[in-house]
Amino acid sequence: MPAAALTPLLLTLKVALFATLLATLFGVLFARTLGRKRSVARDVAESLLTLPLVLPPTVLGYYLLVVLGRNGVIGSWLLDHFGITLIFTWQGAVIAAAIAAFPLILRSARAAFADVDASLEQAARTLGLREGAVFFRITLPLAWRGVLAGALLAFARAMGEFGATLMVAGSLPGRTQTLALAIYDAVMAGDDARAAMLVWISLLVAIVVLLIAARLLQRRRP
Amino acid sequence: MTRLSVSVARHLQADGREFRLDVAFDSDADVTILFGPSGAGKTLTLHAIAGLLRPDRGTIRLGEQLLFDRARRVDVPTRQRGIGFVFQDYALFPHLTVAQNIAFARSRGWMQARGMDTADRQLLESFDLAACADACPAQLSGGQRQRVALARALAAAPRLLLLDEPFAALDAPLRERLRGELLALQRSRGVPMVVITHDPDDVAALGGRVIQLHEGQVRTPP
Repeated sequence: MPAAALTPLLLTLKVALFATLLATLFGVLFARTLGRKRSVARDVAESLLTLPLVLPPTVLGYYLLVVLGRNGVIGSWLLDHFGITLIFTWQGAVIAAAIAAFPLILRSARAAFADVDASLEQAARTLGLREGAVFFRITLPLAWRGVLAGALLAFARAMGEFGATLMVAGSLPGRTQTLALAIYDAVMAGDDARAAMLVWISLLVAIVVLLIAARLLQRRRP
Repeated sequence: MTRLSVSVARHLQADGREFRLDVAFDSDADVTILFGPSGAGKTLTLHAIAGLLRPDRGTIRLGEQLLFDRARRVDVPTRQRGIGFVFQDYALFPHLTVAQNIAFARSRGWMQARGMDTADRQLLESFDLAACADACPAQLSGGQRQRVALARALAAAPRLLLLDEPFAALDAPLRERLRGELLALQRSRGVPMVVITHDPDDVAALGGRVIQLHEGQVRTPP
């Protein structure tokens, strides 16, 4: 595979992987915190946390620039204390992709947790377990399929992230130019052959991810 | 004898329906039976004793220990009450084997304890479950499930055992046999029990102190 294709492919996989890990961690945490009981506060919180899914990615990118940029709340703090900036770096692309993918994990994890029979969690409490132990020994083992399905959706979403990534990380070949950005770049430059090759690679990766997802979700189902 | 004193009230509202639980009784019998038609508040009462339902007001006392007192802001968490619970559908952990279900309470941390210790093995033997130690709950018969649920609850060495309709899921001949087993178990282990039932045959067979519930209140015998 020519470097022109391999570099953006590896970068895309790296960004999507880290973004998925980040999104899964926070998605599971928030799904757990939101809990089972419906309330107005919870509905409002869930709507706010789902916003990245429905907002135009450019709006997301704009807010990320506001927060992470040199003058942003987090951006200036990072610069002052650690001398690092996330703008125009692959780590910035990870954050953009993670936030775009986060609602997918949140929703499927919450649905999966709600599907766990509440009396099983209660039984674990009567057997002396704290809430954290109940979660790791009952809720999560019984809901992992749903969490994993959400993680795979999130991975696919992170791989295809374009708008927010472009605004936060730019499209620097070899540094922040993922497949989706490279395709746009090739088309704009009139390099149809490169565009076609990158499109094929994207398609191939997407199919492989879907096949793995189907395999994982099928296995051990009684 | 351990005296159980319960005096709790709870107002529930869901889907336009209302239910008022206002129950007071105390008992130092080996077997206490909560008897009444479905919807009388038997399960809610049992859940309140176990700490799975928080009453609006009232007190719950087991022996010398105050488990719940709204006025004094005492509410011992379920895991610290030392009360075993056998759920109506048994609530066996479906992702664990029979042996792991019984050994569940040995570790209260984030990880299941490895293997079984002597006490677990004795329970497995005495409940005639050794042959299906490695089976999953889904593979068991109704009677076996009930025995696993009992063994699992007793493994945590409870001071009081609560059983929610323990015979409802079983057919008549099995029901008769298991009533005898339950009584024998109570005598051999000396753990006081509170048993819910709507079946007069259970009351006749188990004997003990009978508390009759009707529409959320204790009905005093005429």
